[in-house]
Amino acid sequence: MSPHHLGQGPAGPPEAGGPVVRLEHVAAGYGHRAVWSDLTLDVAPRELVAVLGANGTGKTTLLRLLLGQISPTAGRVGVLGAPPRRGSPRVGYVPQQRALDSELPLRGVDLVRLGLDGHRWGPGLPSASARARVGRALAAVGAESYATAPVGRLSGGEQQRLRLAQALVSDPVLLLADEPLASLDLASQQQVMTLLDARRRDADTAVVLVTHEVNPVLPYADRILYLAGGRWAAGPPTDVLTSETLSLLYGARVDVVRVRGRVAIVGAPEDAHHPDHERAGSDDGGR
Amino acid sequence: MFVELLGTHFVHVALAAGAVVAVLAGLLGPLVVVRNNAFAVHGIAELGLTGAAGGLLIGLDVMTGALLGSLTVGLLLGLLGLRGRDRDTATGALLAAGLGLGVLFLSRLHTYASTGFGLLFGNITAVSDAQLTRLTIVAAVVLVALALLWRPLWFASVDADAAQARGVPTRALAVAFPVLLAAAVAETIQVTGVLLILTLVVTPAAAAQRLTARPVHAVAVSVALALAATLGGILASLAWDAPTSFFIAVLSFAAYLIARLTGTRTAAHTRAGPEAAPRTTVTPADGGAHRHEGTSGAAAG
Repeated sequence: MSPHHLGQGPAGPPEAGGPVVRLEHVAAGYGHRAVWSDLTLDVAPRELVAVLGANGTGKTTLLRLLLGQISPTAGRVGVLGAPPRRGSPRVGYVPQQRALDSELPLRGVDLVRLGLDGHRWGPGLPSASARARVGRALAAVGAESYATAPVGRLSGGEQQRLRLAQALVSDPVLLLADEPLASLDLASQQQVMTLLDARRRDADTAVVLVTHEVNPVLPYADRILYLAGGRWAAGPPTDVLTSETLSLLYGARVDVVRVRGRVAIVGAPEDAHHPDHERAGSDDGGR
Repeated sequence: MFVELLGTHFVHVALAAGAVVAVLAGLLGPLVVVRNNAFAVHGIAELGLTGAAGGLLIGLDVMTGALLGSLTVGLLLGLLGLRGRDRDTATGALLAAGLGLGVLFLSRLHTYASTGFGLLFGNITAVSDAQLTRLTIVAAVVLVALALLWRPLWFASVDADAAQARGVPTRALAVAFPVLLAAAVAETIQVTGVLLILTLVVTPAAAAQRLTARPVHAVAVSVALALAATLGGILASLAWDAPTSFFIAVLSFAAYLIARLTGTRTAAHTRAGPEAAPRTTVTPADGGAHRHEGTSGAAAG
């Protein structure tokens, strides 16, 4: 398939008011190992779903499924009313953060531009309309002031804003973000969450965000999908993040404690039985 | 003497071959540096030597043999799809084994010493008209392929995960790039020899990225520096009686040093933001300041 054709998705929403993501009794895994199973979940436009769970519980696996990089072992996955398709411009993706080399000959504008036409063949020609779209994406995340600085010399928070701009430059209907808050300071975490929230309110974009950090996402999450030991729980944060639900999910006593507006989960095993699950998965795909 | 030499045919051929090779090496260099592939370049070059020596044994031309040898190892490295330390150790094991075979092949040749020396350190003045034609054809093929793959290659090299999500065939590119690289390396062997390959494939690109952060500019500067070092080196070796590859290496390294000294100063301005962390300098007991350079060293992992 030529990446030239990837730019043309179906026009408009698949069906008015239909979900952006629809998972029906989906199971996922690698080889014989099931990561989780029987997951049923719809994500509506403008909804922000936070995917929580320890390492190896299949959070990244869910994103790879929605990106069309792996197939479900059971059930049906729908993105915008069709099976997920690799490289769809209507699905934006913010990959797990990796430090960019400080000598990388690349500026913020170049990084964002890759999200627009980096998948196309040929060297590419200067284009005023592409430059304008990149400019709008940079403005939307407030990154104009450092857009022409070498990306490798920017702070983690600044790099993350640029990655967000790269994911948004193709104007996606669904935004997937893998640990967008990892290794950021509290202020930067706040800023990233504010930007994600603004995007879905302004453009009705559905956001599915994988995270270890519960508290920064709580004020914005409409729903939580909590994965643990191959099982899952989904619902509004106040329903999922309770001692009863999580104890049931883990099959062991777990306490959810609320202190000064923050949530602490006590007693949950930090890592699942296979801590290398997700790693192995994402390495496979990267090759 | 120098002026008379400038009028000779073999010098024209050498300059033309040098220019073709420099453009190719200069274009691929930035991608090699961004992908941290310097060691693979060296491995490919040494297997090129094995191919060249083996080719001579069975009656092939030096360039054909080098091309076959480096393409084989380029394809192998691409298909293995190794990453990080694993990639470096496998490349090391492969190149050492290949070079051992190369030594055997060379020892079976009657012209052992001169052929070996030419392959190791380059012999641009030995390029024939027919070889120049072939050099140009191979270069044209690599250039067309490179132009076609340009954007996806950069995307995959800079951020493989994002590129893959956007539909870039990162796996296929991970095979295609070492193959293109192998073709370019086999050509560069003619000019710089196996041992000095990095002087054209890595040094100009490393200098360029010290001077500019714009990808297009970095590629242009890399090509310009590779061209200047190659042509300057050929001319210098005519004026002063010393090997061409010596002058190329000197010029290329001088450009790198100048870029480093002037380039770091501009860098200091851009990292003045409140969140930018100061660069750590470690001064070990022996007194000298060491800084690990991730992209220019052949053994960088």
